[in-house]
Amino acid sequence: MTDKLISKIPDGPLESKWARRKSEVHLVSPNNKRKLEIIVVGTGLGGASAAASLGELGYNVKIFCISDSPRRAHSIAAQGGINAAKNYQNDNDSVYRLFYDTIKGGDYRSREANVYRLAEVSGAIIDQCVAQGIPFAREYGGYLANRSFGGVQVSRTFYARGQTGQQLLLGAYAALNRQIAAGTVQSYPRYEMMDLVLVNGQAKGIIARNLVTGQLERFGAHAVIIATGGYGNTYFLSTNAMNSNGSAALQCYKKGAFFANPCFAQIHPTCIPVHGDQQCKLTLMSESLRNDGRIWVPKKKEDVEKLRRHEIKASQIPEEDRDYYLERRYPAFGNLVPRDVASRAAKERCDAGFGVNETGKAVYLDFADAIKRLGHQRVAERYGNLFEMYEKITASSPWEEPMMIYPAIHYTMGGIWVDYDLQTTVPGLYAIGEANFSDHGGNRLGASALMQGLADGYFIIPVTIGDYLSKKFAEPKTDTALPEFIEAEKAVQARIDRLLGIKGKQTVDYFHKELGHIMWEYVGMAREAKGLKKAIEEIEALKARFYQDVCVPGSQFEFNQELEKALRLEDFFEIGELMARDALERNESCGGHFRIESQTEEGEAKRDDEHYMYVAAWEYKGPDKAPEMHKEALKYEFIKVATRNYKD
Amino acid sequence: MEFNLKIWRQKNAKAKGHFETYHIAGIEEDASFLEMLDILNEQLIREGADPVAVERGCQSSGPVSFDHDCREGICGACSLYIDGRAHGPDDHVTTCQLFMRHFKDGATITVEPWRSAAFPVIKDLVVDRRAFDKILQAGGFISVRTGSAQDANNILIPHDKAEESMDAAACVGCGACVATCKNGSAMLFVAARVSSLALLPQGRPEAKQRAKAMVAKMDELGFGNCTNTRACELECPKGITVAHIARLNREFLKAKFSD
Repeated sequence: MTDKLISKIPDGPLESKWARRKSEVHLVSPNNKRKLEIIVVGTGLGGASAAASLGELGYNVKIFCISDSPRRAHSIAAQGGINAAKNYQNDNDSVYRLFYDTIKGGDYRSREANVYRLAEVSGAIIDQCVAQGIPFAREYGGYLANRSFGGVQVSRTFYARGQTGQQLLLGAYAALNRQIAAGTVQSYPRYEMMDLVLVNGQAKGIIARNLVTGQLERFGAHAVIIATGGYGNTYFLSTNAMNSNGSAALQCYKKGAFFANPCFAQIHPTCIPVHGDQQCKLTLMSESLRNDGRIWVPKKKEDVEKLRRHEIKASQIPEEDRDYYLERRYPAFGNLVPRDVASRAAKERCDAGFGVNETGKAVYLDFADAIKRLGHQRVAERYGNLFEMYEKITASSPWEEPMMIYPAIHYTMGGIWVDYDLQTTVPGLYAIGEANFSDHGGNRLGASALMQGLADGYFIIPVTIGDYLSKKFAEPKTDTALPEFIEAEKAVQARIDRLLGIKGKQTVDYFHKELGHIMWEYVGMAREAKGLKKAIEEIEALKARFYQDVCVPGSQFEFNQELEKALRLEDFFEIGELMARDALERNESCGGHFRIESQTEEGEAKRDDEHYMYVAAWEYKGPDKAPEMHKEALKYEFIKVATRNYKD
Repeated sequence: MEFNLKIWRQKNAKAKGHFETYHIAGIEEDASFLEMLDILNEQLIREGADPVAVERGCQSSGPVSFDHDCREGICGACSLYIDGRAHGPDDHVTTCQLFMRHFKDGATITVEPWRSAAFPVIKDLVVDRRAFDKILQAGGFISVRTGSAQDANNILIPHDKAEESMDAAACVGCGACVATCKNGSAMLFVAARVSSLALLPQGRPEAKQRAKAMVAKMDELGFGNCTNTRACELECPKGITVAHIARLNREFLKAKFSD
């Protein structure tokens, strides 16, 4: 363990750690809050809720987003729901169980204290959201309704049809709008953070590009919060929105923030399969569908052949010839096993030749039984909009034939390393939501991303950032004419000039697709040392070609989407390499990270607690040097570490 | 499939715009409309990078700019006026969920940006919709402090009321209603927010103030009046109905009478 990785976990029993930290944190008086400035980058659940809450407390907040409105942030696309330990169902749920399920679901690679706090504040999130007017699903008596998600045996997921992320984001966006109107928050839509500025080793501002005029602008503050989401788009094809990117996180890494567990990426089992090479985006079908949908492939190869030739339909295959492989392999959890387990099981069946479409990369998700059991109307209430969306995309109706699904990259558990206060290794720099690494270990459970984003933004950062800022109110406003700002701006300008000056023949997307192929092939669902080394070499070679042959049309000082993409791709190259490096170093199978070298005889993932029970935190060492890995040992004081078992 | 695309090109807000026509071939019928534009852009960039093609006078305007993000019909970023209809010929979808199988092979397709005084063009097909944010900033919220909420189940909301509120809350803020309306009115957008909150007990205390403030802001920002043509309802990708406009009017009148 290095002295840079001080996790600042409070002493004492698990249940009182957060209370203890809150009582220790220094306060900032209202008149001093007015003197302090905070920059928030990103307007998803984490960023919007943080900016709104901090503005309300009296700080001066500036919030930046790359879209035309904060409401476009990708949190909006989360479908299924948000977890909270309310125990409204009387099914013996509790803070402890939500904590336990999250630690176990993450395959024992997250911090006990952080996860417990997340479970602890989960109930208050639902209270807050209802008060904001979020129309969660209700039972006929007017009480809140719940459903189940993967990896758990209780119903603790709150939802608003298949649009939960949208509703929660609109709630946080409304809270943000209220603060913008009150003048405590200034909003900068269509601005992209290009670099982090450090003064005396502390985060003091950012360089941002105005995406409409193309100008670089400097912004100073007393602290900076990164809430820019994950880096799943490294793979080109993912369920992330087209503009989601890892650039802000990578720029922070290059300025000294450690990057933790980059190889932990989540592959979601229920996405619409790839249809051809003209595709640029994969569409997720909510995990909530696994509450009532049954996943299967045919037992007989001849049925598979007929399906691929369109000679028969799925519904014509008799019950006894179907292999409900999740129910067969994991009887206790059945179709509701965690995402990593469900994804690998689908890959296993498809690799064995049972994939049901022409490409051999699809399995069925079938609602026939649910429609029989619940009736058309109740199924429509639960999943109507998802069925409609599926039909719009595929031109096939889930009411008649089962959906076809296949795993795709969805979420990244890895991210910027943070301590218990959500502060990175750079003083004054914080990371929240998907952008940090802290709560989901090797695999995130469904309906927990929304919970984390809002927990961090509404309830954690507003408390913990005060501890840092309580020592800063005497400092004057950051002067953006300081040499550090000038240098940072020059470096960004040089990057832009270089890209525009290449004038090659290939498009940015061409290179991004190539990167995606390398990542999916070698750093995808099954990884091994040989392939990972190859990935690092191939990314290096691709990068060299990119700098020789990319064509970025247009100029800097205009609205230029190709330039935006090129700048982000430069960062994806580096993230991809870092992911491969981390995956190579972690020679165990754990959560979403499956090493071919580390599996049981039945092909289940084999974790290696003796050698790998740590957080891998990578330190940037310079452009031509290998990064250095630091280890934060994970200690489990309160729960017994066990092999994940979803069988019985 | 192949198509002739007649696309609006405009360098920036101040420049004069014009249509340019492009031919595109080899499009799969399962490709989405935006994927087709991606492919066109790849083609335009390659041609622009090819000195021979440039010499022949090939496309000099470069790739076409358009707003897009989630490509799942939920973020509301995409905003194209296709063959005279907001979000194109299919019903109840955003442009990103429009698929080429809805077009005839060989067709000429006209693509324009939203056209409304309140949404100035930034470039090509990209418009500035910050006016929508400003309307919501005027009152599209419930004033609740972080941390001061009571237990969620203390507020009972009948199932059907919650569902109706959700119908209105499904608005993605794309602006199709404004682009479609001959008056350039934002009534459906404003109504969706006002109605969604007014239907819930939590939203009642500020209901009157909210309706008044949002309508006033809408007028101030240059959106037109509602003359009940109901065109907005037809083109709303989320199927939001004008019944919500009726509720907005009731809330607005109540507010006026109590002044």
